[in-house]
Amino acid sequence: MGIIRAAKLGFDYFRYEEEGAEPEATRAIDDVNLDIQAGQFIAVLGHNGSGKSTLAKHINGLLVPTEGTLWVDNMDTSEEEDIWKIRQKAGMVFQNPDNQIIGSVVEEDVGFGPENIGIPTEEIWKRVDESLQATGMVAYRHHSPNKLSGGQKQRVAIAGVMAMRPECIVLDEPTAMLDPNGRKEVLKAVRELNEKEGVTVILITHYMEEVVFADHVFVMDQGRVVMQGTPREVFSRVEELKALRLDVPQVTLLAHELKQAGVEIPDGILTIEELVDALCQ
Amino acid sequence: MSVELKDVTYTYSPGTAYEMHALEHVSMEIQDGQFVGVIGHTGSGKSTLVQHFNGLIRPTSGHVYYNGEDIWQEGYNLRELRSHVGLVFQYPEHQLFETDVLTDVCFGPKNQGLSPEECKERAKEALQHVGLDESYYEKSPFELSGGQKRRVAIAGVLAMNPSFLILDEPTAGLDPKGRDEILDQLALLHETRGISIMLVSHSMEDIARYVERIIVMNKGHVAFDDTPKEVFSHYKELEEMGLAAPQMTYIMHALKERGMDVDVTATTVEEARDSILKALKKRKA
Amino acid sequence: MLRDITIGQYYPADSVLHRMDPRVKFIGTLAYIISLFLFHSWGYVLGTVFLISMIVLSKVPFKFMVRGLKSIVVLLMITLVFNILFTPGEAVVTIWKIHITKEGLILAARMGIRLIFLIIGASIMTLTTTPNQLTDGLESLLGPLKKIHVPVHEVAMMMSIALRFIPILLEETDKIMKAQMARGADFESGNLIQKVKNMIPLLVPLFISAFRRANDLALAMEARCYHGGDGRTQMKPLRYQKRDYAAYAVLAVYFGISILCAVFGF
Repeated sequence: MGIIRAAKLGFDYFRYEEEGAEPEATRAIDDVNLDIQAGQFIAVLGHNGSGKSTLAKHINGLLVPTEGTLWVDNMDTSEEEDIWKIRQKAGMVFQNPDNQIIGSVVEEDVGFGPENIGIPTEEIWKRVDESLQATGMVAYRHHSPNKLSGGQKQRVAIAGVMAMRPECIVLDEPTAMLDPNGRKEVLKAVRELNEKEGVTVILITHYMEEVVFADHVFVMDQGRVVMQGTPREVFSRVEELKALRLDVPQVTLLAHELKQAGVEIPDGILTIEELVDALCQ
Repeated sequence: MSVELKDVTYTYSPGTAYEMHALEHVSMEIQDGQFVGVIGHTGSGKSTLVQHFNGLIRPTSGHVYYNGEDIWQEGYNLRELRSHVGLVFQYPEHQLFETDVLTDVCFGPKNQGLSPEECKERAKEALQHVGLDESYYEKSPFELSGGQKRRVAIAGVLAMNPSFLILDEPTAGLDPKGRDEILDQLALLHETRGISIMLVSHSMEDIARYVERIIVMNKGHVAFDDTPKEVFSHYKELEEMGLAAPQMTYIMHALKERGMDVDVTATTVEEARDSILKALKKRKA
Repeated sequence: MLRDITIGQYYPADSVLHRMDPRVKFIGTLAYIISLFLFHSWGYVLGTVFLISMIVLSKVPFKFMVRGLKSIVVLLMITLVFNILFTPGEAVVTIWKIHITKEGLILAARMGIRLIFLIIGASIMTLTTTPNQLTDGLESLLGPLKKIHVPVHEVAMMMSIALRFIPILLEETDKIMKAQMARGADFESGNLIQKVKNMIPLLVPLFISAFRRANDLALAMEARCYHGGDGRTQMKPLRYQKRDYAAYAVLAVYFGISILCAVFGF
């Protein structure tokens, strides 16, 4: 049984125009089914407004489905008594690095989560040390978050989630506001958590390059999962992705264009090495 | 018509322990009708640089000229300069404040002292340039999608009819389609109206596709100022500055190393494809 | 210009004052401020010695503290001028109808010293205490009020978040201001009503941004299991150390002498 499962998940946003009038419903998530195994690296792709952020908020219990069910480690997110356990199991990192750091000193921020779930003081310190270690932020533990770069701030946010010892971490476009170096830095930290600590990662993004390493990719459009598979499978469908306001990595695009021009190379090339090998046999 | 920086140095908090040289002895000239890209990692001085062009920042030393006139001479009208040199900041949608799209875009022309009719005319034209039609005029800017808000904000600067438009990372946070739409519209503006454009970007791929000249900033200095092909041929040095070349550059170099006769200066997917096809044909023959 | 405000800022360093329990610093600052109003003349020597010792102990560069005074220069000037001009007494200099009196000068000097010392004293506390410790200290000192249903924890949390977001919002103000200036906005000329009207393009985006941040932050806190003060543990619980008791003793002596100064009119 997967750590995150969803069955026929649906969610409507309601907009109240006037007093007393029928609210206008917008379907943000529609019939989504998931079964994510512990330890996997999952990527969710989709253009802005495709419903991917809404889905992310469901996994952490910040939103409760209007239809269907979502289970985190066999706990139903709509059961109110389990909500703090669910949020501890499935941590969440948001897009804007400035708006999710609560503490005024890095280490105090990392300790915020454990404080909330009532961990004893000595244990908090141990967890803070470990989380800072795991994200490579030990050297900055006494710094003010305001003085850090965007990538470093996101690593602090990740450390803050790790200190709660989650089994799964959901990252909602963590790199959208970062420069290329910050993006690399955050992605490296996330991949290490997945590989070394065995944390299940659900990465929501629209940067195609970040998806190449995932075990499984979901592509969302209008609240539905419209494509899924390994990165190779998904990226071999170049035209379909473009129709979904998305893109493919440039190497993949080049390979695709060469193939269309009659060159014999395999579908879904993801890295420079693969392309070079295919062309220089 | 041109904008010129001559030996510009800018120092933050001079004379204190926090003194920092954001720019040091920077000189450059942007000619009429150019499409220029500025790259450099965070903290390289790019943002400080662009704010010099419209007089938002006064250089600690050095001069800024617009059409040959020193913009910091006594009595120079800086507000007028700002209508000729438009600057779109990063995440410009955060500056929207009016109740509807059209009124917000009118803000710039209104400040220029135009009549309400002229303002509306300008605003409508600007909105058309960014691909927003009449149905958006009455909408509140706050109920639009992120990409649409961004375009309204760009229109807000365009409506002032600048002859030189500077954009600081106009595509940050947008999805691939939203990014392409904005860049294509800018390219069209450049082509049809002859506006000079300066694009600050982190994406080497975008830069390679659109600009004719690249200025690379590093530690407050101009490290390179040349055509994209020339600049990206220094990809090893770019990497040392914490930057990179477009992915195509790496592919072409890797192919060349393996003995394929390709053009290593190709930076866009189209150029790379054509060059590889040519090389393959030659190999067969 | 906005960056010069140092009150409420933390300056990281490793000093006795940094390590001291925030409650001691709170009570110490309070005692010091009261003492400033107890002194009459020679007592200020004691106040100065105490302040200088604290500045040295804090390891915060003196320059940094002085910068904080810039923000009150106007207030200081007004206080001085009023005291000098409007205190009746023995005239020293008379210009036209204005008498500058000896009493006025003394009073102005005393007010000036009080104000400057007060600001520096308070900044030493904020410069050596992280906002979190500050609010922890406040929460603990005001803890007894919880019994009468005063939401002490919530207020403390609000304060600490507000302190964290001050620099971010100042930076944002600067940015929006520049963005509107690039669109030809004018924040300087015009009469008062005009000026207020001109602020709308700055204030509306600023409020929207503040609300968006508040919303994001609330979500982030909820995602990290924040649910009020109940059942919450602390990473840095406040426990008095030996040095804190020693500090209380020093404070008691200082405050005792201050009261004596007041009694004997020094």
